[in-house]
Amino acid sequence: MSTSAKYWRGIPQRYRLEAERCASCGMEFFPPRLVCSGCGARKFMPIKLNDHGKLLTYTVIRVGPSEFCEQTPYAMGIVELDGGVRMTAQIADVDFDTLEVGMPLKVEFRKIREEGQAGILCYGYKFVPE
Amino acid sequence: MRDVAVIGVGMQKWGELWEKSLRDIFTESAMLAIDDAGVDHIDSMYVGCMSSGLFVGQEHLGSLLADYLGVAPIPALRVESACASGGAAFRQAFFDVASGANDVVLAGGVEKMTDIDGGGATFALSTAADAEYEVYNGVTFPGLYAMIAVAHMNAYGTTREQLAAVAVKNHKNGAKNPHAQYPFEVTVEQVLSSVMIADPLTILDCSPITDGAAAAILCPLDMVGDFTDNEPVKILSSAHATDSIALHSRKDLTWLSAVAKAGQIAYEGAGLTPSDLDFVEVHDCFTIAEIAVIEALGFFEKGKGGTGAVSGETAMGGRIPVNPSGGLKSKGHPVGATGIAQIVETVTQLRGVAGERQVDGAKIGMTQNMGGTGGSCVAHILGKA
Ligand SMILES: [Zn+2]
Repeated sequence: MSTSAKYWRGIPQRYRLEAERCASCGMEFFPPRLVCSGCGARKFMPIKLNDHGKLLTYTVIRVGPSEFCEQTPYAMGIVELDGGVRMTAQIADVDFDTLEVGMPLKVEFRKIREEGQAGILCYGYKFVPE
Repeated sequence: MRDVAVIGVGMQKWGELWEKSLRDIFTESAMLAIDDAGVDHIDSMYVGCMSSGLFVGQEHLGSLLADYLGVAPIPALRVESACASGGAAFRQAFFDVASGANDVVLAGGVEKMTDIDGGGATFALSTAADAEYEVYNGVTFPGLYAMIAVAHMNAYGTTREQLAAVAVKNHKNGAKNPHAQYPFEVTVEQVLSSVMIADPLTILDCSPITDGAAAAILCPLDMVGDFTDNEPVKILSSAHATDSIALHSRKDLTWLSAVAKAGQIAYEGAGLTPSDLDFVEVHDCFTIAEIAVIEALGFFEKGKGGTGAVSGETAMGGRIPVNPSGGLKSKGHPVGATGIAQIVETVTQLRGVAGERQVDGAKIGMTQNMGGTGGSCVAHILGKA
C-alpha cells in the first residue's frame, strides 16, 4: 500500500484543479510541470482551471481494476475544459445512453475510491452533465 | 555502424503455462534461438520485460536469466518500455552489434502474467498509463483504447463491424500458427456478442493475458557464415519514438504520433516506402489499435484504417498482409515478449518457412511494437540479405 504522502502531494490538483500557464508561450498545464513542452521555457504562472468543458470521447468500464470493482459499470471520458486543458475522469450521474461526443459537462469534487484494509478515502474530480 | 543480421530465432507455444516459471520459459526460447543460430556462445544479452516485479515479484532479470541460461558473467540487461519492451530490447541488441562492441548478442523477451489474479494483472498493465492522472480515476487499458475507438468512430465513421473484422482476420491467421495461444477462428457475430469489457470493445476485441517468451540471435552480417548455413535476415533499419503516455495530452486522440514518427524513421533508414513492404507485424493489443497503427504507418489514409480488414487488403494475399502470425489478438500478448515474437515471425516469413501462413515471395517485412496507448513505439524493417 502507498504511504499517505503520495496522496497528500496530489491534493492541489485533485481538490482544487491547480494548474499553471507558461509565462513565455501561454500553454496551460495540468498537472504543473517544470519545463514547458511547447517552448522549453521554465517559468510558469499559477492558474485555476475553468470547471466547464465538453466531452471529447468516452467509454463505459464494465470490468474495472480491483479498487473500482464495486463501482462497475461506470462511465469515463476525456474532457476538454474551456481554456483547452484536457483530463481523464469518471462521468457521474449520467444515463449511459445519453453519452455523446461534444456534450457539455462540469467538474465536481467527489469520492473516487477507498483504499482497502483501513486505507484512506481518495477524493478527486469527476464530470457531471450540465 | 556495421550491418547486422538475425541468424537465429526461437519461441514455444504461448498460453497459460502454470507448470513453468518465468526463468524456465525464457530459457527454453533462448536455447531454441541459440541452437537455431548454431552459435557456441553469446557475448551479451538484452531481455524485454514490462513488469516482472508486479507479475511475479522478481526484478534484476538480466543477471537471473543469464545465470539460468548458463552464460554468466556476460553483460545482461532487462529493458523496459511497457508493452514495447521486447522491441526496445531488440534495438539495444542491434546497437550492441552495429557499434562493434559485441559480435554475438541475444535479444529476448518474456512475461509471466498468470501467476497473479485478473485484478492484479489489470493493475500491472495499467502502470503503462499515467498512474496519477489516468489510472487514479479508474481507467483501464481496454477503457483507454475504447476511448480511442469512440473518437475514431466519431471523427471518421469507423464502425463496430470494422473493428470486429480485425479480430476475425487475425484469428484466421493465428489458427495456422502452432505457437498461438488461441489458434481458432472467430466470426463477426461472435466478436459482437461476446462480453462487453469497455464500450464498444468486447473481450474478443482485446488481446489476452499470456505467459510466453521469445528470443533472437544477432551478429554482424559479414560473420554470418562463421556460424550458420541459415539464410541470414538483415536488419534494414531500427526506429524508436515517444509521445505523452497520457492519452488526454495528445492533440488528436485518434492519431498515434509516436507510431507515425517511428515508421517514418524506419522507412527513411531503409530507403523504402510503405508500398515496398511485403507484410507487417503490428501491435494489435486491441482491434482499434491495428486500425490506428496501419494509418500511422502509412498503409491507409488517416481515418480509413477501418476498411483494411473488411476489404481484405490486410488479409493474407491482400495488398499488405497485416499480422500473418495472428497478431497479439490470436497469438497472445505476454507484453515483454511480444516485440521479439514479431521478429521471430518476420524472420520465419523471410526465410520462407512459415508453412500454411507463408506470405508468398516475402522479401521485406516490418515490425511495429508499442507501449501503452502509443506513448512509445519501436519499429524495425528486416529483409532477405
Ligand atoms: Zn511555453
